[in-house]
Amino acid sequence: MTNKMKTILILAVCGAAMALSAEEVVAVVATAAPAPAPTAAEAIFYTDNLWIMAAGMLVFLMHLGFATVESGLCRAKNCTNILFKNTLTPAVGFLTFAIMGFSLMYPGESWIWGKFLGFTGFGLSSNPDASLAEAMSYNGHFTYWTDFFFQGMFAATAATIVSGAVAERIKINSYLVFTIFYVMLVYPIIGSWGWGGGWLAGLNFHDFAGSTFVHSVGGWGALAGILMLGPRIGKYVNGKAMPIMGHSMPLATIGVFCLWLGWFGFNGGSVLSAEPTKVSFVLVTTMFGAAAGVIGALVSSHVLLRKPDHSMTLNGCLAGLVAITAGADCVSPTSAIIIGLIGGLIVVPSVLIFDKLQLDDPVGALSVHLVNGIWGTLAVGIFAFPETGYNFLSQLTGVAAAAAAAFPAALLIFYVIKKSIGLRVSEDEELRGLDIGEHGMEAYAGFQFFSNQ
Amino acid sequence: MKLIIAYIKPERLNAVKQELFKRNVFKMSVTNALGCGQQKGYVEAYRGAISEVNLLKKVRLAIGVNDEFVETTVEGIIAGARTGKIGDGKIFILPMDDCIRIRTGEHGTDAIG
Repeated sequence: MTNKMKTILILAVCGAAMALSAEEVVAVVATAAPAPAPTAAEAIFYTDNLWIMAAGMLVFLMHLGFATVESGLCRAKNCTNILFKNTLTPAVGFLTFAIMGFSLMYPGESWIWGKFLGFTGFGLSSNPDASLAEAMSYNGHFTYWTDFFFQGMFAATAATIVSGAVAERIKINSYLVFTIFYVMLVYPIIGSWGWGGGWLAGLNFHDFAGSTFVHSVGGWGALAGILMLGPRIGKYVNGKAMPIMGHSMPLATIGVFCLWLGWFGFNGGSVLSAEPTKVSFVLVTTMFGAAAGVIGALVSSHVLLRKPDHSMTLNGCLAGLVAITAGADCVSPTSAIIIGLIGGLIVVPSVLIFDKLQLDDPVGALSVHLVNGIWGTLAVGIFAFPETGYNFLSQLTGVAAAAAAAFPAALLIFYVIKKSIGLRVSEDEELRGLDIGEHGMEAYAGFQFFSNQ
Repeated sequence: MKLIIAYIKPERLNAVKQELFKRNVFKMSVTNALGCGQQKGYVEAYRGAISEVNLLKKVRLAIGVNDEFVETTVEGIIAGARTGKIGDGKIFILPMDDCIRIRTGEHGTDAIG
């Protein structure tokens, strides 16, 4: 067939199709009843649900943030391994949350042991074919699926905090096993005490978006890992901390900006509706926390280290964000600035103190998430609007409860792993780089870099 | 005066450095290199394709020494770099005509220091 004939044939077919479909459309429009206008309640439901879905996607972006921050602050020879851990974590996190995490965290009425443990059953339990009216009856703001989607993204962020602290020396299988148990059991049970309506909620404990339930729970896991693993080879020589420099400040910075952006979903979505006054307020307090955190770290880095250290400034930004996370909805903008500022100020000496204690934390996870998770939670007791009734004692109770539960649980999991499949890579592998040892490939194939100095 | 060139495994660099420091050899230069000898390579994978890598990552030390330091320097390098497995590396000793310190213009054994 010549090209000209082909063209004519194609045009003819298209013309026929258009003619036919136009007829069909006319037929349908002529016979169908006009669609009913949405009710006000439905319209608000659509908006609330849309915002929570979008917020969930922003929280998902934080995994890119963690992946790049951690790999930037660690050495090039371990980069693939760190990226792998951070790809694994959202996958494993979301799946285990579906298996039992979600039902442990939000038992609804199905409490088993006081208000400490509840469980609604394995797997997910809603009908995907539900009508809009049925979906709206779930909680009035968003569907069951949106709820699971949003909370599932949160679950994995708690686990991924640990991956930075244990970087450059943990076996990948051991990390995987730890993550499964931590996300499936430890995170949801502790979370149920507050967000699931458990005993802490009864004490008027307030953790708006997770300074305690996400960040300090992750931080305690990180501390347990650091203790069980020991420091990297060559980190502490004669009691003195040696610098092990991160290989890419650009990657680290990209990471922090991704986390910063994701936090607008993390905090903004924790309003659990699209109610304009609340969400817009939370976005502002969140941003103030971050901005003040940057300044706080800049100041304390300059005072303590004589130079404005960029990696400390990045840590400071995250510290401010973690600190404001507990109270973004119930403190004034000025208070948000103070909370973030203090967060940034304490993150620098915190890093130095952990090094003095010979607790090797390659990315500053303890200083950012554990220390500031605690600070942010307590700050609610100091700065919250008086009419909320949040008080320092209840906040302290929550901090202590999370510590008493998360830290021993993480220690136990790491201990069992250490005694069974082993926790740490061999010395030879650690020196050669986990990329070759664990994955048989290099992140920077063909590049020359000094893997040891 | 001799120039000692040593090719070692990158992961042994710190150990070699410490052994040399112990023997009062502090001055050296380090570059990255690719090389192989008897170590026929290892298997590397990328997206399912297996390859035999036969130019392996090594680190090349260059140390200028006075004659009386040659043996202790070689000892130090071996002490740090030897693992007993194929691929530990090689040391070459070259005669050196002269050595000049740029800052002061000194020549010869004074320049090596």
